[in-house]
Amino acid sequence: MASLTGPRGLINRLPIVHQLRQSVGLQRGMLIAGLVITGLFVLTAILAPLLAPYGYSTLRDEDGVFGAQQPPGGKHLLGTTVGGYDVLSRVIWGTQTALIVIIVAVVLSIFLGVFLGLVSGYIGGWVDRVLVVIADGVYAFPSLLLAIVAAIAISGGQSSFWGGIMAAAISITVVFIPQYFRVIRAETVRIKSEAYVESAMVIGSSAPRIMTQHVLRNATRTLPLIFTLNSSEAVLTLAGLGFLGFGIEPTAAAEWGYDLNKSLSDVTSGIWWTSLFPGLAIVLAVLGITLVGESLNDLADPRLRTRRRADVAPAPTAAASVVPGGSLTDAVDLDSLEARS
Amino acid sequence: MSRVVDIQNLEVTFATDGGDVSAVDNVSLFANAGEVVAIVGESGSGKSVTAKTIIGLLPETAVTRGAILLNGRDVIGLTGEQLRATRGHDAAMVFQEPSTALNPVYTVGWQLAEGLRAHGKYTKRQARAKAIEYLTKVGIPDPEKRVDYYPHQMSGGQKQRVVIAMALALDPELIIADEPTTALDVTVQAEILDLLRHVRDEFGTAIILITHNMGVVADLADRVVVMFEGKVVEQATAQKLFSAPEHPYTQRLLAAVPRIDVSRVRPPIKPAPPVVEAKDLVIEFAGRLGQKSFRAVDGVSFSISPGEVLGLVGESGSGKTTIGRAIGGLTKVTGGSLEVLGHQMLGIKERAFKPVRSEIGFVFQDPASSFNPLLTVAQAVAEPLIVHGRAGDAAAARPRVDELLEAVQLPRAFGDRFPHELSGGQRQRASLARSLALEPTLLIADEPTSALDVSVQARVLELFAELQKEFGFAALFISHDLAVVDMLSDRIAVLYHGRLVEEGTGAQVLGAPQHPYTQRLLASLPVPDPKEQAVRREELRALREAD
Repeated sequence: MASLTGPRGLINRLPIVHQLRQSVGLQRGMLIAGLVITGLFVLTAILAPLLAPYGYSTLRDEDGVFGAQQPPGGKHLLGTTVGGYDVLSRVIWGTQTALIVIIVAVVLSIFLGVFLGLVSGYIGGWVDRVLVVIADGVYAFPSLLLAIVAAIAISGGQSSFWGGIMAAAISITVVFIPQYFRVIRAETVRIKSEAYVESAMVIGSSAPRIMTQHVLRNATRTLPLIFTLNSSEAVLTLAGLGFLGFGIEPTAAAEWGYDLNKSLSDVTSGIWWTSLFPGLAIVLAVLGITLVGESLNDLADPRLRTRRRADVAPAPTAAASVVPGGSLTDAVDLDSLEARS
Repeated sequence: MSRVVDIQNLEVTFATDGGDVSAVDNVSLFANAGEVVAIVGESGSGKSVTAKTIIGLLPETAVTRGAILLNGRDVIGLTGEQLRATRGHDAAMVFQEPSTALNPVYTVGWQLAEGLRAHGKYTKRQARAKAIEYLTKVGIPDPEKRVDYYPHQMSGGQKQRVVIAMALALDPELIIADEPTTALDVTVQAEILDLLRHVRDEFGTAIILITHNMGVVADLADRVVVMFEGKVVEQATAQKLFSAPEHPYTQRLLAAVPRIDVSRVRPPIKPAPPVVEAKDLVIEFAGRLGQKSFRAVDGVSFSISPGEVLGLVGESGSGKTTIGRAIGGLTKVTGGSLEVLGHQMLGIKERAFKPVRSEIGFVFQDPASSFNPLLTVAQAVAEPLIVHGRAGDAAAARPRVDELLEAVQLPRAFGDRFPHELSGGQRQRASLARSLALEPTLLIADEPTSALDVSVQARVLELFAELQKEFGFAALFISHDLAVVDMLSDRIAVLYHGRLVEEGTGAQVLGAPQHPYTQRLLASLPVPDPKEQAVRREELRALREAD
């Protein structure tokens, strides 16, 4: 019980750190692998101007033009594309584009989705029904098709750096809002019938106060999970849009999907480097974020979480510590408390 | 007498997030054929874990040491196929909650047959015949028809009978009954206990009965094992344990069991305009499309005077909770009249009722879920003060919160803890503190102690009585337990199927019950004394036959 105060307790309560300490075995490996890949991804994005040997739209240096489809080696560690860009530089700059799209898309969708879900779930009635029908309608569309329509509507298909990024981000947002909406609404409906919400009602709390104080704070438990899963989906959608030609112009930003599209004809003629590295970048980015998301999911659920086997010499029960907002597994602790109260 | 199960030096340890927890510590016990052995203890005493170890139902985080001889074979360390063969044939289990132990998408006959087919060859017709045979044995009326029923078509008691039939059908040597009657009403509980007694006598089965209810133990058990914090503290025959308990813990446990005492004298209540008055109160819940609405409360009239405690007793579905919620403004009144503190609740708007809410305190049944897990206890207790503008924020309300915590005998420091760091009893005290924050004139307590252990319950009830004396609030005390209601109430009202069947002082209602339902309810309540209980059992049988 005493471990709640002091710096150790505080560090343990931070989201990722808490889960990392909680995990063991394979789950820990998955989480660490995911965190490392995601960390590299973010670092590369931030340090892109320092890491990349050339700009994303650079075609020549002081020695002249790079030349198209140069094999790896020499000045171009990963070769050059059919358009004459340096592959390594495009891959590195691409992380920046991907990260910005993730951030913009998630930020745009999370606030609106959470707000709508909360209101819809708490108030219920016809507001709820209309919103659910709209969300279901959006679900019924293939998400990539919806994203294409949104991209065309927003930017006419092709555009500048921010125009292209916003087009991709907003089109992803349209698909994501219903997801946040659904999850938060389901949680809200569940929490609404919890005794602590009823006890807030009999006290006389106003509806907005109940929604923010009691419902919202308890409904956000699953958000980190959808956040990570949606991030990886955002990367895929962006790449998909780029691949189909609705992405960002190569002169405006580096984008993996666009590069893959342009390297299509290279594959048959034995030029592997133009498609392999952007493709690998997409796979790694998605894999890293998904690993984090999946492990967080498993760790949040006490039934999926693996634990260390009990030692042969059992520790005294009194030493058991409790993490606030932690997990459902405190039940065992409570039982022992019950007996000694 | 042959020894069916023999547990020797059992130790079970769980790996949890907070480190290893020892749940069962050096436990030795046994059960003979044709004997009911009760394992008694409060939550966390290790009684369920001990029983589950016998059929290998522990989660994989558990490490077990010691020996469990089931029919002379050690079951610890058995895996897969061997363990599966043991389950059902050597030992079967009856669970606490019959509605979740049955699969809702299959008929009960199918589920009975499923168990049979897992341990032998049966044709469809044979399995069905056998299912009907066992449904007859457990006293299900009209078994040829009921065998095709789905679980939701049966009552809780019938479902528990089906679960027992499923256990019996494999002819096990041992039945482990884990709180088999806790989820059932008292009158149904008496019937299930009769059935288990019949099983023991007829089939010669050994029964390990896990319970926290001393009345159930007195009614059924031949031998009793008392567990405390994972250890066995006392083993004795039922007669000896109840007449001369040796271990101090057993003595405390027995002393904490609430008993009905009709000779209790209470100071009279001064006549005054009532705080709550119901006249022909009707509450209906809208049915689904095309179905009739459900009438939960049907023409109930009662009143509560200032400073008076009215005990509302009834079984599940009797409408007692609905009445409490209607007074608290959580459920709409659909007919008749309900006046709360001068406000007519029929058709009242939330805005008009809000100021009245500061006059009403509410204590919920489950202390575990009635607190927002993300607020500290002090913040939760401060909520009513903030909402009604008596304090700006939680920090400003802290002095008052500390006073309140002291009033419910919680240390001040507990204010900074989170609800899950408190035990059930402590949480229910905090809940009392929250409901008393605005010094209400009326307190509604909906089964405030039914989720608590007996000894904890005794202390919370004591505290409730003290606070009521000190603050002088009127109270509606809702419970299914006659003995608990009797301890606190000035008057008792008995509800049955939404109707008020009897009302009066404790001495009137419990001393000389008039309505047959009240009589049966009273007779069904098991008392913690095997001799007296045997007499009461006969009385109940006579009552049932008279019906």
